[in-house]
Amino acid sequence: MAHGPAKGFSRWLFTTNHKDIGSMYLWFSFAMFIIGGMFALVVRAELFEPGMQIVDPNFFNQMTTLHGLIMVFGAVMPAFVGLANWMIPMMIGAPDMALPRMNNWSFWILPFAFFMLLSTLFMEGGGPNFGWTFYAPLSTTYAPPSVTFFIFSIHIMGVSSIMGAINIIATVLNMRAPGMTLMKMPMFVWTWLITAYLLILVMPVLAGVVTMMLMDIHFGTSFFDAAGGGDPVLFQHVFWFFGHPEVYIMILPAFGIVSAIIPTFARKPLFGYASMVYATAAIGLLSFIVWAHHMFTVGMPVAGELFFMYATMLIAVPTGVKVFNWVATMFKGAMTFETPMLFSIAFVILFTIGGMSGLMLAIAPADFQYHDTYFVVAHFHYVLVPGAIFSITAGVYYWLPKWTGHMYNEVLGKTHFWLAFVGLNVTFFPMHFSGLAGMPRRIPDYHMMFADWNMISSVGALLFGGAQILFLYIVIATVVRGKKATMEVWENPEGLEWTVPSPAPYHTFITPPDVK
Amino acid sequence: MKLWPANATAALSIKLGATGVLMFVFAVWVLPPIYDVFCQVTGLNGKTGGRYEAVDMREVDTSRSITVQFIAVNNEEMPWQFKPSVRSIKVHPGEQTRVDYLAVNPTNRDMIAQAIPSVVPFKASTYFHKTECFCFEQQPLQAGESAEMPMLFIVDQDLPPEVHTITLSYTLFDVTDRFGEQEQVSMTGNL
Repeated sequence: MAHGPAKGFSRWLFTTNHKDIGSMYLWFSFAMFIIGGMFALVVRAELFEPGMQIVDPNFFNQMTTLHGLIMVFGAVMPAFVGLANWMIPMMIGAPDMALPRMNNWSFWILPFAFFMLLSTLFMEGGGPNFGWTFYAPLSTTYAPPSVTFFIFSIHIMGVSSIMGAINIIATVLNMRAPGMTLMKMPMFVWTWLITAYLLILVMPVLAGVVTMMLMDIHFGTSFFDAAGGGDPVLFQHVFWFFGHPEVYIMILPAFGIVSAIIPTFARKPLFGYASMVYATAAIGLLSFIVWAHHMFTVGMPVAGELFFMYATMLIAVPTGVKVFNWVATMFKGAMTFETPMLFSIAFVILFTIGGMSGLMLAIAPADFQYHDTYFVVAHFHYVLVPGAIFSITAGVYYWLPKWTGHMYNEVLGKTHFWLAFVGLNVTFFPMHFSGLAGMPRRIPDYHMMFADWNMISSVGALLFGGAQILFLYIVIATVVRGKKATMEVWENPEGLEWTVPSPAPYHTFITPPDVK
Repeated sequence: MKLWPANATAALSIKLGATGVLMFVFAVWVLPPIYDVFCQVTGLNGKTGGRYEAVDMREVDTSRSITVQFIAVNNEEMPWQFKPSVRSIKVHPGEQTRVDYLAVNPTNRDMIAQAIPSVVPFKASTYFHKTECFCFEQQPLQAGESAEMPMLFIVDQDLPPEVHTITLSYTLFDVTDRFGEQEQVSMTGNL
């Protein structure tokens, strides 16, 4: 059944093929990653020296806000959905996603959402400038008029994510090849299944919170307005009820990718598969009862502070199980250090550092000191950049030969890794120190005492950004040419995706494979 | 026509989509009221209850006296003058006390205001009862007009013994725009 892709642009516009849609998601997320990165570089350029240098404070605020929004909703989440589209059907022996037309929709509404979001920069009053957490009343009473466009773009992103999540759950639950029981699924499929449930449960809450904002701004309700009996603190509760599961949405698929890569290059099966599954589920469940640790300083009763503090610390247990299993998988393995493995090992080490600073922040009395300082910025960049971004990069290097049929240039890949690794640490490690010394986040100017740390951070940011341009070159070069990749690509990798030729044909597993 | 699809994927997708819709309903129509009730019950955020019907026939507890402090704040650009008649007062738990707030509308337009109370410490807020308060309804004032706004309160005898001072803060909001022209006219009594 030689049914190839259509020709020309309509192939991409009307495609229902999971591989095409996966590629589009990945390219889209890379474009957003570059745009979000440029916004971050504007922020770092302004912070290079104390005093007001380059941009005015309102534009600085728009840059911090859009950097966060674009990276969270435009770069990390679509990249994971892209990887899911490419890999989940091939990992479970399915011919395609369960709902291919919806798949097309969930991708194609995204560019419009981000076009709308970015267009606010050119509107009167500028784009959103209230931080990516858009706390009311900063985002309602005091917001620029473009906030309505921001609200609608969030709605569209939410719809896209929910459709993607429904599709993934339907695929995983209904389309597995005979013999592929749930407990035989690769970890990446498991982590995505749990992530998809989190998405369905919390993306509507995000849609709800922006809808309430919309009503407060335009229709005279007072959900978050004390004058009408509302409460601004309610906004924070509802937002973080979405927001905390959201941070696990951005990290659970990363756990899955790393759990696929480390066994291949350690040449040992994943240690403690079942405990990995249960740990992922436990993290998913716990994510719903810890949200108020983001708002220890709003004035909660001591009982509330204690509950959220202990519940938060509890998450370190299943996360510790995972880190232990990765280390145990590498222990006494015949390890080699190809680019995907380098990124995965850096993931394990740096994500653990981010987890440790997370534990520090979880201590409610100490959090009063750290709240809204650069220590928080250091913490969440240490979990998101080496967590989400490094794992996505590792996944791209790991599966790129399968996608393109070409091996990437290993020397350039390793160069990319070391540039990114050094750049990341030079950028974000000093933020721990400036934060502990009291430098507040989201402010364009700062005291002279923080000058050295900030200059180091800015230099590192430029290095990290440059490394991503090299990444773009490596990927394009691999798509165009390169050494032919074998079917297995690596040495005895586990999984059904390595039983199809490289590059993977347009249609795979039209007849279900035998699952041992 | 069968309404429920036999196709397993379609059935699952409908269930998952419905879950999403339910979560949206939960966020907009269920969470805010739950939060309000939760705050009312626990006194979180210093929210005080509505009108208190005095049913407590117990004696006034003269063994201790509580300092009640009054704060009046204008929200944003609210131009009214707004202040309590006394800054602080000593009361015994169980006795009813009246404190007036003075409001002046110095502008040349008719306005409607709403005062929102908040009590510190939070744990005292469920023991601070208002039998009559201008904050229960909106306060209209014609241009240049002023008013003495009454507030009657009782501090509960069960107030935890470690609380010696209660601070009651009112923030005054301009809510004129929340009413239609007709309503504004009938409220301010201006033709």
